[in-house]
Amino acid sequence: MSIDEELDCGRRRLLVATAAAGGVATVATVVPFVASMAPSERAKAAGAPVEVDIGKLGPGQMMVAEWRGKPVWIVHRTPEMIAGLRRIEDRVADPESRRDMQPKYAKNPHRSIKPEFLVVVGICTHLGCSPTEKLKPGAESGVEADWPGGFLCPCHGSTFDLAGRVYKNKPAPDNLEVPPHMYLSDSRIVIGSDKKAV
Amino acid sequence: MAGAANYQKYKSDGSRLGDLTEWVDARFPLTSTWRAHLSEYYAPKNFNFWYYFGSLAFLVLVLQLVTGIFLTMHYKPDASLNSAGVPVAFAAVEYIMRDVPWGWLIRYLHSTGASAFFIAVYLHMFRALLYGSYRKPRELIWIFGVFIYLCLMAEAFAGYLLPWGQMSYWGAQVIINLFSAIPLIGPELTVWIRGDYVVGDATLNRMFSFHVVAIPLVLIGIVAVHVAALHEVGSNNPDGIEIKKKKDERGIPLDGIPFHPYYTVKDIFGVMVFLIFFSIIVFFAPELGGYFLEFNNFIPADPLVTPQHIAPVWYFTPFYSILRANTVNFFWVDAKLWGVIFMGLGVMAFFFLPWLDRSPVKSIRYRGPLYKGALAIFVVAFLILGYLGMLPPTPGRTIVAQVCTVLYFLFFLLMPIYSRLDRCTPEPERVRWK
Repeated sequence: MSIDEELDCGRRRLLVATAAAGGVATVATVVPFVASMAPSERAKAAGAPVEVDIGKLGPGQMMVAEWRGKPVWIVHRTPEMIAGLRRIEDRVADPESRRDMQPKYAKNPHRSIKPEFLVVVGICTHLGCSPTEKLKPGAESGVEADWPGGFLCPCHGSTFDLAGRVYKNKPAPDNLEVPPHMYLSDSRIVIGSDKKAV
Repeated sequence: MAGAANYQKYKSDGSRLGDLTEWVDARFPLTSTWRAHLSEYYAPKNFNFWYYFGSLAFLVLVLQLVTGIFLTMHYKPDASLNSAGVPVAFAAVEYIMRDVPWGWLIRYLHSTGASAFFIAVYLHMFRALLYGSYRKPRELIWIFGVFIYLCLMAEAFAGYLLPWGQMSYWGAQVIINLFSAIPLIGPELTVWIRGDYVVGDATLNRMFSFHVVAIPLVLIGIVAVHVAALHEVGSNNPDGIEIKKKKDERGIPLDGIPFHPYYTVKDIFGVMVFLIFFSIIVFFAPELGGYFLEFNNFIPADPLVTPQHIAPVWYFTPFYSILRANTVNFFWVDAKLWGVIFMGLGVMAFFFLPWLDRSPVKSIRYRGPLYKGALAIFVVAFLILGYLGMLPPTPGRTIVAQVCTVLYFLFFLLMPIYSRLDRCTPEPERVRWK
């Protein structure tokens, strides 16, 4: 079309409308491809609760269960360990568990249903590494000299106490997650379900 | 050069080969393409050592494509456990190493090629910093180049998951979780990227798809436009002056020589030297003491146990250090998000280089002490960050990493100031031999 020819507004409108409709169709076509990358029905169904026997877990010991492909730690805390939690409240970032990282029944100073048993997902809230147990007090590699016992993330150096509370000024923003769980009896717990929470 | 000249179609000299060339040339731009990009593409005659790495990066790209195709014939992206209790993907790599004829060689060529690719690309980028190759009119070449670098990072990351070892698994866990720091959509985004609530079979399969199909296609495309943009404006040179300003009566730059045969021969020499070093590593030290293949990756992925010390492969460690250096919450944004932001900015900063540099000259040969000093500090900070990124974090190391992170960003942030204040010497009229 030469410049002095008159613009056919009807055709121009049709052109714009066609392009717009084509654009909408293109975006709509993207949807199934993007959606196909979300977890499949099989992956969604795979998160069944697991039952764990904690009867043989002695005081001061820790065990690891697997739930939804993640490690879940169960720590049998001694009375000294529980008493120690109070003393370090000024050193941890969220001592009162204000941030929503636990079910209601674990929003207490010891972050658990029973004070002696800690149940947390062993995945660092920073970038998802699994922290290493440093349950014994005292200086160990990468940990302060007055270490009261807890967990150290090997990836970026975040530290957590024996209630899974993150220490101040560490890369991890949150306390370790307490999964939904409940006691079937004194020695059996279910992780992943709290329908009949005690 | 392309587009400027309207090359004549080939006319046969009567020989059988001549007839064939004429037949093809009448149907396909064979002679004109050959001339525009090789025999009549005029490159500055003063290229030095630093100009090997573009062609070497291209060689490694071809090597990775070829070895990758053959590895794909034997590899299985499957995270389920086989009858021996080993993940199928991990076992497939061991199978390639032990049972496939010459499989060990093809795999070591591929794994060593990954590191060689980054070595070539880092040196190629350093060359641009030395001689101002990113400056006008080569901004787009540089931007395409940074996209190649980004693509390469994505390709290396996806490829690293495939052996399904401990480092594969936990490295992917950490890198994918970086996206969880994004406010609001972060957690859902990570689930979408993984295709599951944890790194698993779905993640492995999609990374395989990205690694062998999607990213290589994009990579080849960007490499093509990178070279097309280069051949449009012509190469820079160690003097940083435009050879097209001085042409002879036929319009050929006085300081230019045809790429073929002069630089094809030079680059073949570079290839020979490169292959000597490359072969030494492939045959005698393919793991290179844990730097090219990390020892923890010889243990199958275990979702319940993070290795005592995890670190990315060496080419990612400078940015990994920047990530770890952010340990303080400020401005209502937590340290985790700051780390991700600064790591992202650390890579993105390269995009802005053409506009940050205000120096009247391009080449370091004519720049003053300010740029030379800044570049030296930048390189040292980058190397220290890279070194620290391989080590476990300690309070002392974190402080060093924080200092180096600041220096790294100051190189970019202060560039508009120091590049202008610098005491430069005048550029010569014609290129010089040094």
